[in-house]
This record gives sequence, structure tokens and C-alpha cells, in this order.
Amino acid sequence: MKRNRVIIAFIALALVLFPLVVKSDYYQHLVILALMWVVIGGSWNLLAGYTGQVSFGHAVFFGTGAYAAGILANKLGISAWWGMAFGGITAALVGLFIGWVCFRLRGPYFALATIAAGEIFRLIATTWESLTEGMVGIMILQTFRSKLPYYYLALFLAAASMFVFDQVMKSKWGFYFISIREDQDAAESLGINTTLYKNVSLLISSFFTGMAGAFYMNYMAFIDPHVVFSLHYISIMAILVGIIGGVATIWGPALGAFIMIGVQETFRSSVFGLAPRWVSQSHALVFGLLVMFVILYMANGVVGDWPKIKRLFLRRP
Amino acid sequence: MTVFLQSLVSGILIGGIYALIGIGMTLIMGVMGIINLAHGQLMMVGMYITYVLFAFLKIDPYISLLVSMPALFLVGVVIQRFLLNPLMKIEAILPENQVLMTVGIGMVLTEIARFIFSSDYKSTTTTFSSQVLFLGSISVNAPMVIAFLIAVALTLILFWFLLKTDLGRSIRATAQDKEAATLMGVNSSRITVITYALGAALVAAAGTVLLPIFYLFPDIGGPFTLKAFVITILGGLGSTVGAIVGGVTLGIAESLGATYFGMQYREMVGFVIFLLVLIFLPGGLKRLTKI
Amino acid sequence: MIAVSFFEVQEISKRFGGLMAVNGVSFQVEPGKIFGLIGPNGSGKTTIFNLINQYYTLTAGDILFKGKSIKGLKTHEICHLGIGRTFQVVKPLKRMSVLENVMASAFCRVNTFGEARKLAIETLDFCNLLSEKDKAAKSLPIASRKRLEITRAMATKPELLLLDETAAGLNPGELDEAIDLIKRIRDRGVTIIIVEHIMKVIMSISDRIHAINYGQTIAEGKPEEVANNREVIEAYLGEAYAEGGTH
Repeated sequence: MKRNRVIIAFIALALVLFPLVVKSDYYQHLVILALMWVVIGGSWNLLAGYTGQVSFGHAVFFGTGAYAAGILANKLGISAWWGMAFGGITAALVGLFIGWVCFRLRGPYFALATIAAGEIFRLIATTWESLTEGMVGIMILQTFRSKLPYYYLALFLAAASMFVFDQVMKSKWGFYFISIREDQDAAESLGINTTLYKNVSLLISSFFTGMAGAFYMNYMAFIDPHVVFSLHYISIMAILVGIIGGVATIWGPALGAFIMIGVQETFRSSVFGLAPRWVSQSHALVFGLLVMFVILYMANGVVGDWPKIKRLFLRRP
Repeated sequence: MTVFLQSLVSGILIGGIYALIGIGMTLIMGVMGIINLAHGQLMMVGMYITYVLFAFLKIDPYISLLVSMPALFLVGVVIQRFLLNPLMKIEAILPENQVLMTVGIGMVLTEIARFIFSSDYKSTTTTFSSQVLFLGSISVNAPMVIAFLIAVALTLILFWFLLKTDLGRSIRATAQDKEAATLMGVNSSRITVITYALGAALVAAAGTVLLPIFYLFPDIGGPFTLKAFVITILGGLGSTVGAIVGGVTLGIAESLGATYFGMQYREMVGFVIFLLVLIFLPGGLKRLTKI
Repeated sequence: MIAVSFFEVQEISKRFGGLMAVNGVSFQVEPGKIFGLIGPNGSGKTTIFNLINQYYTLTAGDILFKGKSIKGLKTHEICHLGIGRTFQVVKPLKRMSVLENVMASAFCRVNTFGEARKLAIETLDFCNLLSEKDKAAKSLPIASRKRLEITRAMATKPELLLLDETAAGLNPGELDEAIDLIKRIRDRGVTIIIVEHIMKVIMSISDRIHAINYGQTIAEGKPEEVANNREVIEAYLGEAYAEGGTH
């Protein structure tokens, strides 16, 4: 549709010009984070929304990518930028292992297993101090002082990931993913090698999430197990990003990423300094309430429930 | 040898309480097929209730069982009826909505607790907190023993309830086959509410008896939720006997792990067991009885 | 020269814990024929299909397709070999359209979207489901869902088709349509093994029938022979009927 293309071009242009127009470090930081979440949310969506394997442990891939980059820099003195590719690949390999263990499970049990995976990796990162510096975390030198290079890299990653996901879903693979989601046994009987395709989906998903993690390492220049392997702030956040925007759509996670970062930051900063102090302390509470609200009323996300939302707003008094 | 026995006994004692936590979760999983990721947080609420009663009204924790259990039962009813049951009717693409909802509930409970009580660690010392009993050369913490005994008593009462009462049998029936149970006149939505509430009450009891032993802070729930589902998977879904065996096993494994490998590995033990069970024993330990 | 059998099942058994669901069943199916499998509820019919499909693994025995053993293969490989199946409790890919459902299985044989669409439309046309092609699978009534099951299986271009209770739940008009479809499939050269409860269906279309009870063979032969077999009658209708002669 012509109109959609114009909108997309407009958004793309706006994002490209954003850091040149808005010079504030603070707002640039927010958008960088949002772009990073576009990648993570989209990756989660590929595996969960499209292929039906609902992971509650995407932090595994994020953290692995982050640590891969961090350890390369910390132990081997290799620039953490190499870590970007390495992070993606390492995360994908971890993905294969996790798939091997967890794909024999279905539904909620798969979800549980992924939670366990995330927690195990967090504990390993905490205890294997000789490799990961444990609770102290890894700190590296920031390569760039300005945020601009990071911004454009994040933008590139977000765009690339969305492009890949879109292409995959338009292919035979995408068809298979959805078939597996709808009925795995039927799919298998119809000649679909479900194990293979679940793993393909997982590989792509974990690769991009790992890259996002490595990016995070480079950008923030500091990580620790508590942050990058966090169940609530990485794994659950990924799910929310995917769901709020609209599960099983390409643009849903992108929208979700911006909404989530926006809402979170609004509360964390006490509505950007306009509201009383205690509002900031409630941001975790708001996060939890948001989860509950979204599940109850918007389970198909903004994109998925768009007709419902339109009706709500366009109702004549 | 004494070190081993000491470890073993500590493990069994804490295991008994873990079992109480696990039974609640496995019942909920068996009956509703949902993973209650707010389980540990419900325990935390029970602990805070007990703490308040003790700190402000000087009521002994073991007596507050009579308050914390019914209170959490009610909380459970509200949660299941207003937040979880409605989800069963929503047609969303992902069936894991209920699990996510419990995550949200868990977070909200934690943050409300933090709001009211702040993140400070609170400790409760009762008259027997520091008392130690001796069995031969093995020393055991008195509150632990009491907690263990209460856990055992509650478990026995639960078994009587599940085996001998109509309601208990309805719960078991629903856990085994929801549709068949409904066809035979069991009101499945009522049963789900009661089961969730029951699970909440049991975990509240565990929290209450653990209060004299652990420091209390808002985030204490998380690790216990994870332990609960390790126990559930280990023991086998929906199997209360399995949860007991699983709980005790986890307790012993953690204790031995901490003794021989170091304190920081204590948490890992549970997850390693979890993975091993998933890989090698997918159905969990065999169901030993019909429960 | 002894010809290689098209499809045969040799002494297959399946044990679930303490229960022998299938115990030493053997039969051969000739190409281009319709082979019926009957038996009371719980006798093991669907289990046998699940064994052929390799959805369950064999406890004992072997299954040969065109002379080669298919034991130990994965379910999707069985499909690629040319054995298709439908499920007793139908499994539509609910949120996909009818056309997409059939395309999913068409991809088994072709590689591009265009080819899959073409094959799917051809198959839908053959099975008289073309008019529903854009409807969501979950909106179909039961008769159409059963037809969709068959259509999907047919899009994988099977040489052997396993039909599991495709007639259950249909009214007489739908039943006639189903029988017609099955005959047309046979006329296309597809061999069919059909599990069925409804006597009218299975007796009227099968070339040969194999009857089982409690996982074991109790009779095999032409439809009339099996229908008059005392043990078969006993299994379905109870001893009293068997004593009183045939109906």
C-alpha cells in the first residue's frame, strides 16, 4: 500500500535526522535504548509470536552476547566491536544448546525451562569470577565520546533485524513457523521437520538478541550479571515489548519498544521531573501493573487490537 | 561423617518446608495448568503479615498461622477470580497469558511491600530463635525443627483433605481430567479458585514458619518461586507426593552442595537438578500414589 | 518371482507401561485398494496409525513400505516418503486460512510460494473445498474440517493415505459426500487404509477388512466374511448377538 510506504519513509527519515536535531544526550540515550529493544523484541517475537515457542528467558542470549563482547575486551584485549559479531554467534550457539534441552517441552513447561536457563546463566556469570569478574562486572573503555555513532549503529541494527524478520516471515520458513505454532503435531504429519524449524527460528532470534547484548556492552561500557541476565528487566521486558506492540506482526515489537521505554522512563524520571519524587520509586510497581493491564485488556497488542482501540476512541458521545 | 549427617539433617528439615511450598504450586499446576510465578511473592506477603503481627501486637509467629493462612487464602481467591479466571476466556495468540499475569502480580506484590516496608532487611527473633537442640553430635536449630513439624502436620491434614473429603476429591479429579470432572458435575471454575487459594494458604504457612529463620525483605519471594517450580518439575506435575519427595530432595541437595562446594553454589544446585530432570527424567519422579 | 509388497505391517506391538495397546498385528495392503481397519473403541486402531506414522515408536515388529522398513524414521520423513494421514480429532491450523492450511502441506512437495499455491488450489478443487479457500480454518463446520484434513494430506501427494475416522460426526448427506471423495481418491491411484466406526462407510468401500480387538487381530477378509465372523460380532455387539445368529 502506497500510504504505508510513505509513513515508513517518514519514520525512517525522522529517526535518521533525530540526533542531529535533538542534541540532548538524555533523549538520544532513550531512543538508543528503544532501538535496541526493537531488536530484542523483534527477536523474541520471531520465536514466540510467529513460531509459538514462548521464551521467558531471552536474557540468556542478551547476556551471553554482552559477556562475549565484554570478555573479549577484558581478557583478550580485543576490541569489543569484534564482539558484536562474536556476541551474536555465541548467543546462537547457546541457543542451539538451549533448544536441544528445552524444545522437548511444550507450552508453559518450555517457558519454565527458559526461565531456568536464564537464571542458570546469571548464576554462572556471578560465580565464574575468573572469566566474568563475577558480581563486580566488566568495565571497558568507551570507544566514542559522542552518542552519534552508537545511535546510528543501533538504528542500523534495528532496521536490519526488522528487514530480516520480514523476509523470513514472507518465505517458506515463515509459513512453517506459523504452522508449527498452530499445531505442531499436524505440522509434523504434513512433512514439516518441526525440530529443525524451531531451531532455525531460535538461531535467528538468539543471534540478533546476542548482537543487541554485545551492542549494549559497547555502548554502556559496563555490565554485570544482575543487569544483563535479569529475568524481569530483560526477559519479561522482551515479552512485554513484543506483546504491547502486537505479537506476530513485524511492526508490533518496534512500536512496543518505544512505548515501553517511554512509559518506563516517564515514571523513572517522575514524569521528566514534573511529578513528585516518590513517583520515580514506583516505576517497578508501574511495570508490574502494566503487565497485568496489558494481559487483561490488550493481549493482542496495539497493532493486534487496533480495531478495538479505534472503536474505543472513535465512539461518538 | 558428622559433617555429612549434619548437612543431611539440615537438608531434610528445610526440605520439609520446601515441600509445603512445592505442594501448593504443583496443585495449581495440576489443576489449572498454569505456572504461578507469584508463588514466592505470596509467601512474602504471608511473612510480612506475620511480621507485623509480631512486631506490633507481639503475637507469636506460630499463632499467626491462624491469621496468615486465611488471609492469603482470601488473597488467592481474589487473584484467581478476578485476574486469572477471566484470562481463560480471552482468545489471544499466546496461551501463556496466565503465566505472564502471575509475573505481573508477583511484581506488584513485591513493590507494594517495598512501598510499605522499604527494602530494609527485617529480622524476627522469637523466644526460641537461638535455641539449639542436640541429637547426638548433630545440632539443629529449634525454629527449624518446629517449622518442619508444622509443615509435616499441615501436609498430613492436606492429604486427609484431598483423600477423604468431597471437595478434595473434586480437586484431584479436576487435576486428572478437567473435562471429565466438569461432565460429572464438578464446578471447575469454583475448583480453580479454591485450588489457587489453597496453594496460597499453604505457601503462607511456609512463610510464617520460616520468618524466625530468615531475614525478611521484599525481594525474598523470587528465589522461592524458582525453588517451587524446580520441586514441581522434579516431583512430577500435579503430584503432591512428588512435591514432598522433590522438596526434601532439593533441601538435601542444596545443603550438601553448600557444605561441599560452597555457599554461593546453593542456588545453582536447584537449577542443575532442574536441567538434569528435564533432560533425563522428563516426567519427574514417578507418581507413587494416586495423588 | 515374488513381488515386493506395497505396504505391510509385520507383527507390530506397542506397549505403554503395563498395557499392550497393540499386540502382534500383521497385515498386507495391496496397491490401489481400500483397506479397512475396524474394531471397538480402544481396540488400538488409532495406535496402529500412530505407529505407521512413527508418532509412536514400535515396541516390536516392523513396518515395510514398498519393501523398505520405515521403522525409526521421523514423522515428517514418513510424509515425504509418500504416506499421508488424517487425525481422528481434526487438527486444523486454526488462524490460517483454508488455502494456507493446504499450502503448508503442499510445501512438502514444492518449494516456491507460487507452486505451493497452485498445488493447493488444485487439491482444494479436487476435494470440493475450493469455495472455502479464503475462510479461516477455525470458522469451518465439522464436515468441512474433516474434508480439510483429507485435502491437506492429499496435497502431500501420498501414495498411501491413512484415514482416521473421517466419517464420525457427519450427517447422512455429508457421509455420502465423504464416501464419494474417498472413492475418487482411490480412483486416482492412492492406496487407502481407513479406520472407521460407521459400518455403512467401511463395508461399502473397503476391498478388504482387518478387524482387531484389544490390540489383537480377530479377523481379516472380504467385508461380508468379516461382517459374519462370530468374534467380530461378539466384539461389537456382545455375546448375546453372536449366539443369536447374524444380522
